Amino acid sequence: MRTSKPVLLVEDDDVDAMMVRKAVDDLEIAGPLIRVSNGEEALKHLKNQDNERPCIIFLDLNMPRMNGTEFLKVVKADDALRNIPIIVLTTSKEQCDIVGSFDLCVAGYMVKPVDYERFVQALKTIDLYWTLSELPNGRW
Amino acid sequence: MRSSKPVLLVEDDSVDAMTVTRAFKDLKILNPLAHSANGEEALAYLADPSNEKPCVILLDLNMPKMNGAEFLKVVKADADLRKIPVMVLTTSREESDIVQSFQLSVAGYIVKPVDYRNFVEAIRTIDLYWMLSELPEQEVGVKDANFKASIVG
Repeated sequence: MRTSKPVLLVEDDDVDAMMVRKAVDDLEIAGPLIRVSNGEEALKHLKNQDNERPCIIFLDLNMPRMNGTEFLKVVKADDALRNIPIIVLTTSKEQCDIVGSFDLCVAGYMVKPVDYERFVQALKTIDLYWTLSELPNGRW
Repeated sequence: MRSSKPVLLVEDDSVDAMTVTRAFKDLKILNPLAHSANGEEALAYLADPSNEKPCVILLDLNMPKMNGAEFLKVVKADADLRKIPVMVLTTSREESDIVQSFQLSVAGYIVKPVDYRNFVEAIRTIDLYWMLSELPEQEVGVKDANFKASIVG
């Protein structure tokens, strides 16, 4: 990423979260990875002024309590949060999930590769793109 | 890009538009490149049913008639068009332009590299990213899928 600000990972599955953490470490991505387990926790994290604002959010869709779509609806209706780019990271290839996510203006929709090497490649591409792209220096 | 649909370039500068065309050719990107010279022309292109909807839009900011921010406001308020990822491609590094664009939910904000080689690398990265990312199919396809699901079971 272009900044060393945190990346917020919203993911309920511990194994998937560990895989993202390992890939972030392997690729030496500078920003810390903050993990929360569902949309509700993510909103709580974002609204807490003590927490540094993430430069980007990786969002799973199928989660208990508040799922990815519900989270997206809240974030995109909030003037203070809507400018953080959100990338969906999911196992779902369902066209309704893809269309629903882009309807809520996500900045990418990646189907998680099962194989770790391919997952690292995917994350490398995401990192490359968001190093090329500017990011808003939003302040709390 | 993952899809074979056109890429819509909204750019008033003809030299910059030629540079994008050349980079697409050099990178062997197969998507046709549709070019509109400002936001107004781009909206007319998008509204014309005989044009295939683009898979992504590359948008300049400073343009006559209707600039990039004005175009974004219209597109993001439109239920059909808001699904198309829009990337800003501009010379402006102004923080206000960056913040405003992300406030309007752009899927990237790329400052045009002056050097052609770096420009090609930027387009390569964009292509790679949208090869990895899924893209929404046309609304019609979704309705079809729902309809099929409803009759099958």
